[in-house]
Amino acid sequence: MSLPVILFSIVAATTVVSALGVVLTRNVVRAAVWLLFTLIGVSLTYFLLGAEFLGAAQLLVYVGGTLVLVVFGVMLTAQGPLQSLKTRPAEWVVVGVLGATLFGLLVAVATGPSGPQGTTPENGQLPGTGPLGLAFLGLSDVTPKAELSGVPQGHIIPRTPVGYLLPFEIVSVHLLVVLIGAAYLARAKRRANP
Amino acid sequence: MTELGLPPFLILSAFLFACGVVCISTRRNAIGVLMGVELVLNAANLNFVAFARFNPAFRLEGEIFALMVIVLAAAEAAVALAIILNFYNNHATVDVDKADELKG
Repeated sequence: MSLPVILFSIVAATTVVSALGVVLTRNVVRAAVWLLFTLIGVSLTYFLLGAEFLGAAQLLVYVGGTLVLVVFGVMLTAQGPLQSLKTRPAEWVVVGVLGATLFGLLVAVATGPSGPQGTTPENGQLPGTGPLGLAFLGLSDVTPKAELSGVPQGHIIPRTPVGYLLPFEIVSVHLLVVLIGAAYLARAKRRANP
Repeated sequence: MTELGLPPFLILSAFLFACGVVCISTRRNAIGVLMGVELVLNAANLNFVAFARFNPAFRLEGEIFALMVIVLAAAEAAVALAIILNFYNNHATVDVDKADELKG
């Protein structure tokens, strides 16, 4: 038992228990708190995997942004009977069987002999903020060097360095559209007949 | 980390995914359904990062896709909460079983 194995066991156990708490608790406010611990556990798993920037982004955006949004939604809508709506036992049975089957299937596929084989490269460090930023700006060559399909043999077209500038811009515009759309949808309504 | 390997992360991700699906299916509160969606997205993200770590061909792509998923999940949560608030203002409930009619 080395240190990474022990750390992963602790973090994974915390994440699993909090995910179960999200599912099993009936109160929405408590589910939000369990979700907070689940997201922090996933972020710690990113840190364990060596993706420090991604773990920090998860903490900032998910825990600091999305979860606060969810908690505000809970605050604005949870009152009286809406705070803990009951689910019928038959639905619990059906969905429990479905979830257990799904989990078993995924584990069987992931750990089976024909599942994904992971290699452990010599320098096991994921790219830091520098290569990520260069890739987003389209300044680094991230596409694999290969011949394009549909080109006659021997007629090699040199591929230019292609980054992720276009998805980056699309996500930026998407965020702007979402900002306007959410503000429009959630605005205070004016009465038709004042 | 070397002796840990890929499968533990995939199993953790599968468990999060199953929990998210169960949460989406059993919750009657619309915000609870949204929490289930967040669990599912986090499971997918964990897979992306695990494959980026243990497969040299996805070294950069895994992290970049995970970042995209985080940003898009934040946007999705904002829009979903706006819709839920609008529904709550109109119907005074957040029970998804009550939202079964397509009238304005």
